Amino acid sequence: MIDAEGVRKSFGARTVLRGVELKVEDGETLVIIGGSGSGKSTFLKCIIGLVRPDGGSIVVDGVDVTKVHDEFHFAEYRRKFGYLFQEAALFDSLTVAENVVFGLRYLTDIPETRYRSIATDKLALVGLKGIEDMKPAELSGGMKKRVALARAIAAEPQYILYDEPTTGLDPIMSDIINDLIIDLKKKLGVTSVAVTHDMKSAYKIADRIAMIYEGKVLEIAHPDIIKITRNAAVRQFIEGRSEGPIRMKIKDYD
Amino acid sequence: MSAAQPAYDPMKATLTTVGDRALSIAESMGEFTLLIRTSFFWLLRSRVEWRQTVIQMLQIGVQSFPVTAMTSLFTGMVLALQTGSSFRDLFNEPVFTGTIVSFAVVKELGPVMTAMVVSGRAGAAIAAELGTMKVTEQIDALYTLGTDPVRYLVLPRVLAFLVMLPLLTVFSDFAGVIGGCVVSYVKLDVPTNVYWHEVFDHLGHKELFHGLIKTVVFAFCISFICCYKGLFTRGGAEGVGKATTSAVVNSMVSVLIIDYFVTAILVALGLT
Repeated sequence: MIDAEGVRKSFGARTVLRGVELKVEDGETLVIIGGSGSGKSTFLKCIIGLVRPDGGSIVVDGVDVTKVHDEFHFAEYRRKFGYLFQEAALFDSLTVAENVVFGLRYLTDIPETRYRSIATDKLALVGLKGIEDMKPAELSGGMKKRVALARAIAAEPQYILYDEPTTGLDPIMSDIINDLIIDLKKKLGVTSVAVTHDMKSAYKIADRIAMIYEGKVLEIAHPDIIKITRNAAVRQFIEGRSEGPIRMKIKDYD
Repeated sequence: MSAAQPAYDPMKATLTTVGDRALSIAESMGEFTLLIRTSFFWLLRSRVEWRQTVIQMLQIGVQSFPVTAMTSLFTGMVLALQTGSSFRDLFNEPVFTGTIVSFAVVKELGPVMTAMVVSGRAGAAIAAELGTMKVTEQIDALYTLGTDPVRYLVLPRVLAFLVMLPLLTVFSDFAGVIGGCVVSYVKLDVPTNVYWHEVFDHLGHKELFHGLIKTVVFAFCISFICCYKGLFTRGGAEGVGKATTSAVVNSMVSVLIIDYFVTAILVALGLT
């Protein structure tokens, strides 16, 4: 279980998280929605310890990541997680198979002789075969995402964190990735947290949806409840309207 | 009615600018020191990534060999031409050309020129590669896959530099002295046996040691500066460009500054 309480984070004068409170139950898929720059990805990085919160706590299976200080313990903590990056973040210099099994050397005791077959198995799980020796530069965007997903699940983590899993993909490939996320949950029984602003994807994969706005969780509920919410800001976001309580501060981006 | 704007205070603005700059420098120095500390931590606490280290040795050392040898060869040649011609004008014969060329190349020009060339070639490549990895989240990916970028990326590069730069310098020294020999023979009519006598009569292991000590210090500085600039890249493609330029400029300037101070220490210790 992931239990976040009062998570705060600022970058210089810009406050991103102002006290996020969230609980993710074992085996569920929680989708976090919110506008660009609302702090969704920052929160995800706080969970895995890539970003250190300024305050609050994030407890995963009894370990508070905000209290972990040295790299050995961070490595131990991160063993439980697989992380899918928004732009896949595959290592350019390695082949697809080497990318998939990269974490096994550090996260598991599996002998190297088994790496090739594991790479093939995990790639098959995400619907890819015969690309083991290709370089990431030779792959399409959708294939990169799937290879990254295979890499995230290679060490069989308990938790998978998805950062914008469908961003930049065509609608069909987005749906394929959604199906994969649902499949992985069924087959591996993992607990997942996905950050997205793709509402179609959110409705399809989520057990619960949480919306972050102005650094706090505005509402958290089952997708069917979110669809009929009375919260004006959440309604505006899920319906994708420019008019409403959420005012995009265009000047901030100038 | 809008609120009145506070009056512009030039003193406050200047102090703010100076203060921000000082804080930024202090922050960079702290990050750089922590990078060195973390590298030593992983060197002592984990197994070295030998495969990565060998790959880096090939990229930093073997692939830099032609350009460093060529640079030293022509440096030795021009040095012989300049000193031989000057001495012929002054003393009617180009005496001590071999001694001057070998001393200058082995103690000073070989280490410095090699360090400069490798900074420009391998140092820039390191900063650009790590910078690109940083802006495409590959560095974060390393953390999520159970390893530390300092252990996987920085340490192999630093070790490769520490091994390969002295080796490259030895080859460069040799190329420079050979270059001097060719010019002395062809342009100054100095017989090769006379040239080599002048070289070996005065050049000993102390001179070679003097040059190599400097090279090890250069290797340490260049590798850490370039890795630091790469790992702490901010922004996209523009950031990578800036980091690469900054890595090369800082490495080269550091080599020249450190060269003086290390030489001063070696001279004080009698290693001249």
